Parts: sequence; C-alpha cells; structure tokens
Amino acid sequence: MSAFSDSASSAASRESARAEVRLHHEAGLHARPAVKLTKLAKKFASRIAMSTSDEGPWIDAKSIVKVMGAKTPRDSILHFHAEGADAGDAVQALVALVEQDFPDDG
Amino acid sequence: MSENVSLVIVSHSPDVARGTADMVRQMVGDEVRVAHCGGNPDGGLGTDVQKILKAIDEVWSPRGVAILVDLGGAETNSEMAIELLPEERRAHVVLCNSPLVEGAIMAATEASGGSSLAEVRATAEELSPR
Repeated sequence: MSAFSDSASSAASRESARAEVRLHHEAGLHARPAVKLTKLAKKFASRIAMSTSDEGPWIDAKSIVKVMGAKTPRDSILHFHAEGADAGDAVQALVALVEQDFPDDG
Repeated sequence: MSENVSLVIVSHSPDVARGTADMVRQMVGDEVRVAHCGGNPDGGLGTDVQKILKAIDEVWSPRGVAILVDLGGAETNSEMAIELLPEERRAHVVLCNSPLVEGAIMAATEASGGSSLAEVRATAEELSPR
C-alpha cells in the first residue's frame, strides 16, 4: 500500500487527500487504462489532480485528453491529489485501480 | 442524470464506422449509447443523410447527441441531417470537429461521467489533429 494521508477537518467540509502508487501496468498508462482511470475519477465530486512527481506539473485526472496525452510510462510513480468532500475515497479508489492493474469493471 | 449524451459515428466506410463504435463499446463501456453509419445508398463509400438521421434517432437522448465524422461529405451530410431534425431536437445535436476514432473515445469517456453535450464536444475537440 502506498503512502496515504488524509486530513478531514469535519465530515461535510473540505477534505484534502494525497496518495502515490507505482504504475506497473506493462504498457504504461495507455488508452484503456487511461479511460478507466478517468472514468473512475469522474465518479467523485472532488477535484482530482495527477502527476508523475509530487512537485507537479499536475493534470486534471478527470480529463481523458490530458490523462491519455501524458503518455505516462511503466514504473512511473503516479501522485494523486484530491480536494473535496470525497477526496479520501477518491484517491483510495484510484490507487486501488492502479495497484490492481486496471481490472475490467474497475 | 439518468441518461448520458449519446454518440453517432459517421464514416464514408461502413466498416470504419462499425469498428469505431466497437472500440468505444470495448474501451469505454456501454453506459454511452453509440450508433454508427457509413456508405452511400448504393453500398459504396460515402455517407447518406437518411442513414445519419436514422442513427441519431436510434440513440436519441434528451441530454443530446454528439456526431463524430471522418471527411468532407460526412460533415456536410451530418449538418444537413441536423437541419432536417424536428426543431425541438435540433439544438441538442452537435457535430464535433475532431479526428473520428480518437474523438469518439474521448467524447464517450467524457459522456460516461454524465457530462453535458457542450462538455462532451469540448473534450473531443480538445484533441486537435496532429
């Protein structure tokens, strides 16, 4: 499991969460994994940013054009940073998707 | 938000149209309805206004329909099809200015999250031809 920090000030208020995970998918973040990641990100209300470095540059994880366009290679460390009411759940779900190697129906 | 924006794929080639729709279903899933059409009425390469109208009707969604096209006539015939729609539907159908296959995948991914027709088109068009 990856580093995971989660600071919720109160249940309904603004929450921020970060996590990182190694991308071990053989071909990197190619078309299908990119679609799955984006679709999952869109299920959350929080703003979700993604980067291959904890210093950015950050891209919108809900933008299929940006996520696929990043052409992230295998063994990159993906950093997720979410802000919003469901930020913790969002980064947890995204990390799980990457760790489980983008299963169908993920 | 029970329904998503739908897609219509229009290519000169029925095979390209079908293949593109298959890619969308396999890569994005079936939460976005996709219709496809291609070929002229004689069975050759081309596009046909009536087939495009039928395809729009097949996947009609109150959230709207985004049309993805390949070349020249596919665009003009799709514009003509939109003009022939009943007035109340016309404003809910848009043509995306994007590469066919890539645009279809981008548009479908955007639509699968419940995005509006304008957002779906913007995402497809964000991917400019290179």
